[in-house]
Amino acid sequence: MFIISPWLLTAFVVFAASAFLGFAFRWQGQVRYWALAAGGLSGLLGTQLAMWPLAYCTFELERMWLDRFLGCLIVLVCTAFFLWISHWVISRLSVGEGLLPKAETYAGVFRSPLAPLLTALCLLPTLIILSIFHYYPLFQTFRLGTRLVRLGAPKTKFVCLDNYTSLFLDPNYWYSLGLTFVIALGVVTVAMSLGLLIAQMVNLPLRGANIYRALLIWPVAISPVVAGVLFQLLLNPVTGVVNHLLENSLGVRIPWLGHAGFATLSIVLTAAWNQMGFNILFFIAGLKNISPELLEAASIDGANAFQGFFRITLPLLSPFTFFLIVTNTIYAFFQTFGVIDILTRGGPVNATVSAMYRVYVVGVLGKDLGKAGAQSLVLLLIVVGITILQFRGSQERVSYGV
Amino acid sequence: MRMAAQPSELRSETYVKPKSIFPRRWYAHLILLIAVVIIGFPLFYAILVATQTNMEVIRYQFFPGTGLRENWNFMINQLGLGRFMLNSLFISVTVAIGKVLFSLLAGLGLVYFRYPGKWLIFGFIILTLMTPTDVLAIALFRLVNAFHWADTYAALTVPFFASATSVFLFRQHFKSIPPELSEAAQLDGANPFQFLFKVLIPLSWSTIGAIVVIMFLDTWNQYLWPLLIIRSQEQQVVQVGIAKALVEIQNDQAYGPLMMGAVLASLPPLIVFLLLQKQFMKGFALTRDK
Repeated sequence: MFIISPWLLTAFVVFAASAFLGFAFRWQGQVRYWALAAGGLSGLLGTQLAMWPLAYCTFELERMWLDRFLGCLIVLVCTAFFLWISHWVISRLSVGEGLLPKAETYAGVFRSPLAPLLTALCLLPTLIILSIFHYYPLFQTFRLGTRLVRLGAPKTKFVCLDNYTSLFLDPNYWYSLGLTFVIALGVVTVAMSLGLLIAQMVNLPLRGANIYRALLIWPVAISPVVAGVLFQLLLNPVTGVVNHLLENSLGVRIPWLGHAGFATLSIVLTAAWNQMGFNILFFIAGLKNISPELLEAASIDGANAFQGFFRITLPLLSPFTFFLIVTNTIYAFFQTFGVIDILTRGGPVNATVSAMYRVYVVGVLGKDLGKAGAQSLVLLLIVVGITILQFRGSQERVSYGV
Repeated sequence: MRMAAQPSELRSETYVKPKSIFPRRWYAHLILLIAVVIIGFPLFYAILVATQTNMEVIRYQFFPGTGLRENWNFMINQLGLGRFMLNSLFISVTVAIGKVLFSLLAGLGLVYFRYPGKWLIFGFIILTLMTPTDVLAIALFRLVNAFHWADTYAALTVPFFASATSVFLFRQHFKSIPPELSEAAQLDGANPFQFLFKVLIPLSWSTIGAIVVIMFLDTWNQYLWPLLIIRSQEQQVVQVGIAKALVEIQNDQAYGPLMMGAVLASLPPLIVFLLLQKQFMKGFALTRDK
């Protein structure tokens, strides 16, 4: 068993970060001492801000390897973040640009001696609500993850990263995460491919296209809970009408809600039904942006319908597709909570406990808010990652504006 | 694929009738009709079941039954769905109005004033887009309990008065309004709030409509948060009420009343959505005109 001393760790990170930033700016010709200094400062901030609230507990003797690993990971990520900021600042300063973007020159601003007061009056309501009910709970979620907190008990106890390590070692949690991704994949595939097909059809110059559109998108307004109730009526294994029809026509009954695979499928179908109208709306908007001349030109050049679709329509839709992938994924992560709670309650035998449902099961039913907080943080990191991916993707893949 | 058509080919092909590269139209009608039927079936069947007695439901009859009054009585009088619906209506309208007001003000502050660090404030607001409230629910639960707001309307409304989405939409919209308007207003001696109410709001109805739709639906359809924070029947919202009804009827499989509840709970959001559909599309720049 190896031991990591906090002081050695700090010294090492400071040295490495300093060397890294110094190396990054070496191309400028000479050694930049302030780059070295900024790198060192980033390393110091990275280790101290990450580890000081945890009191270096992940490196205590009796901790296991996973704690040490997580501790190192946190230090690494935190230091990388500060290095990125330092790098950005130095790059801007060395080119001679100011740090802050120039104040926008908007012609219509109000000028009066009272302007600062009025500005504050306009912005404070939103800023206060966001600080209290968004940023503070966000900070608390971080904190909850490191504590033993029971629902209803006023006292809490610091437990280092135990809530997180127990998640990592819990196969049930990995199952929940995997299931969540499967549901997301299912919803994205079903709701988006069918949505695009329908949007294509509605976008044709058809008689009554508006009526079709209205009749196709209304499930957007239905809540996940009601969607679950409607599909419960259809899919109930004993009294459900779908099984009744299946039995009369094909002679089979399907255990829609009583079998792990079918129950997941039922959840995906319900969620896709609920979400598809949203996709149809946005795809129609995207298709309206594509000028028909382009497709006409392609057809004159001898392209068939499939070539026109895959070579022109699909690439031009990509900004909308990216946006919808993220929206559908986030729907599948969080809104399916209602669907699952109504359709299966996580059953049969916990087979449909998604990550968000597990937060509820552990935090509210199991009264363990610390663990639930840790799980919320994992979900948060995933969502932030997906959003960043989408942001980068949509920036790189912006279609040539037509 | 050939790169370009010869002029002679162009003439002979384009001027006759441009060939559509899509399948024939009857095909589209067929696909759309099938889609309408499949998408509509769950609600259609639920409406039928809402009128049927237990016996009729089990017989799978596809026409209205005789249990309408009985089902209505069970849901409204015995389960108190009316109260839940009123609660939901109240909080949804409150949140929608609150969000519009707060975000109009924030948009005004972000576009029509000049001060250092504006990008920082905008970033502070917009970053909250990345963190869905469901992720914060556990921490928010502790916070709101510490305020002693459990079982109050405040718990269901106040935390949701600020919204990055609507601030963003208003900011975009205000930036597209010509600055000459606010200059003229200033010359006439109007203060920013007069400008907001007399000029900006009349120009922003479609954005306001879009935000009202999306926020009304969001709040009406909320389930996890009220499930956590509201314990009393008095303040409970309709989604939790429906979920409770499902538990109540589990034993005798009485789907009639449950579907009655589901249909009733869907009416307000459906009406709001269908009424404001045009504003919704316009406000989200879904019908972008160039």
